[in-house]
Amino acid sequence: MNNHYDTSKGLHLNYSLIEKMIEEGSRVLDLGCGNGQLLKLLKEEKHIKGNGIEISQTEVIQCLEKGLSVIQGDIDEGLKQIPDKYYDYVILNQTLQSTQNPHYVMEEMLRVGKKCIVSFPNFAYWRVRFNFFFTGNMPKSKVLPFEWYNTPNIHLLTIKDFFEYSKNNKINIKECIYTTRAKIRKDFRYSKFANMFAEEAIFVITKD
Amino acid sequence: MQIDKNNVGLVETKFFTIDEKIKFESGVEFGPITVAYETYGKLNEDGTNVILVIHALTGDAHAAGYHNENDKKPGWWDSMIGPDKAFDTNKYFVVCTNILGGCSGTTGPSSINPETGKPYGLSFPVFTIEDTVHVKKKLLDFLGVKKLYAVAGGSMGGMQAMQFAISYPDYVTSTILIATTSRLSPQAIAFNAVGRNSIISDPNWNNGDYYDKENKPDRGLSNARMVGHITYLCEEAMYNKFGRRLQNKNHYDFNFDIDFQVESYLQHQGQIFVDRFDANSYLYITKAVDYFDPADKYGSLKEAFKNTDAKFLVISFDSDWLFPSSQSKEVVNTLMQLGKDVSYCEIKSPCGHDAFLLEYEVQSKIIKSFLNTHLQGDTNE
Repeated sequence: MNNHYDTSKGLHLNYSLIEKMIEEGSRVLDLGCGNGQLLKLLKEEKHIKGNGIEISQTEVIQCLEKGLSVIQGDIDEGLKQIPDKYYDYVILNQTLQSTQNPHYVMEEMLRVGKKCIVSFPNFAYWRVRFNFFFTGNMPKSKVLPFEWYNTPNIHLLTIKDFFEYSKNNKINIKECIYTTRAKIRKDFRYSKFANMFAEEAIFVITKD
Repeated sequence: MQIDKNNVGLVETKFFTIDEKIKFESGVEFGPITVAYETYGKLNEDGTNVILVIHALTGDAHAAGYHNENDKKPGWWDSMIGPDKAFDTNKYFVVCTNILGGCSGTTGPSSINPETGKPYGLSFPVFTIEDTVHVKKKLLDFLGVKKLYAVAGGSMGGMQAMQFAISYPDYVTSTILIATTSRLSPQAIAFNAVGRNSIISDPNWNNGDYYDKENKPDRGLSNARMVGHITYLCEEAMYNKFGRRLQNKNHYDFNFDIDFQVESYLQHQGQIFVDRFDANSYLYITKAVDYFDPADKYGSLKEAFKNTDAKFLVISFDSDWLFPSSQSKEVVNTLMQLGKDVSYCEIKSPCGHDAFLLEYEVQSKIIKSFLNTHLQGDTNE
């Protein structure tokens, strides 16, 4: 699903940040795993036992070519087949905003994962706001390159929205990393400026 | 005839006889059983580069290549088996057998019972998918196969591949299940029932005793085949293939001869089928397919797959209503629940159930990737 996010430096940063979050040899599920690049990296670097779920047939085949185990499926249908807390980590990388039912997907991933890693583009990033404010068009950017009529990103959200959502749903935020233009923004870690100046966010969350 | 370089070339069907009796699931002990088989590629020294491919309902051991230079058609899965193909005979030793109870060389109801000197007919015992798997295992032992690198099959072949992984967990490294199910839907059983009924109600069937008669139950068998062919296609496939086009005419004839192309196709399929298939075999094999239900046998599908140790690849086709994707997903979900290594791909195709024989390009890609990488995986360990 996250094919809109290819090639850029941001991708590498995103992958390496996620890689650092994951413990050696753990069991990982990547929801919307795309062509399997992240899973492959995790397999090679962290020796994880992992698999992915991906809706696109082309990308499923690309995963198989990389030697990954992958299930062709729609994560919006849930993860009913997977027992509670089966995975050490469930990853939802740049995919939350393109699900039909983000709330259900979040609930399901928190059910099957001991820890979950969620990343998304921040729609309150100042350039997005600026763009929208001055042009009056639906904002486009490097991480949000689509037109309103063909974007897969149907549930865009902000960092503030995510904090509020987590609070309302008793989700614990264990860690958050903000990035802008392919750099980690440590200067506003844990500050409310994140919502304005972070282009993307990665959260590690849990729910008992 | 020009045989291209990706073809296994000229091949022959060989035979192996299991002399001792085998105990069938029904309790009956039966033997001897002769198994017709073909092999392609070379067995490695350890006997571990073996892929067993298993045919569907009416297939045979002739999966690839040609029997002689005048053959019009190669084996039934020639598009998938050969040098550099999905089942690459440069790397793998590919084995295919005719099913127990069949009529293409393996002992079945049309074979001569050595005790009476006459064809078995209905005295042939009813067998199950599991019985057919045990017979295949005997042949593999004879061939010196230490472990299957993969077992692969479509439709009924997939059922046997599944049962192989269940019956011989330590013997199977990977399992490829294509357009198959862990149990037929009542709808699919119903179609089989109509097919069997059509044979049984043919007066020439004569309680299965027709082998020395002049007239065989051809009518019944060809009707059964016609019903079968409807289930192998789908609405879209029928529109694409025939539409409402008329056969060699521009207007209706206002009688009960063949008007539509689809009628002509089914009749033709029925007619050519009787030349190569035995009516009793059709009864026995469809029965085995109907009975197959590991969830029922082992208590649940989870229980059935519990001890399997193979890596699984499951493929289904979105337009297949006979063995629908939902049934493949059930297998995939169960394997996931058990923490087994499983991959699943639902191929888009307008071809219905027949897709597993037709959509070889995308299947080849998937299967090649699966087999290759998992070979790499093995060497990494």
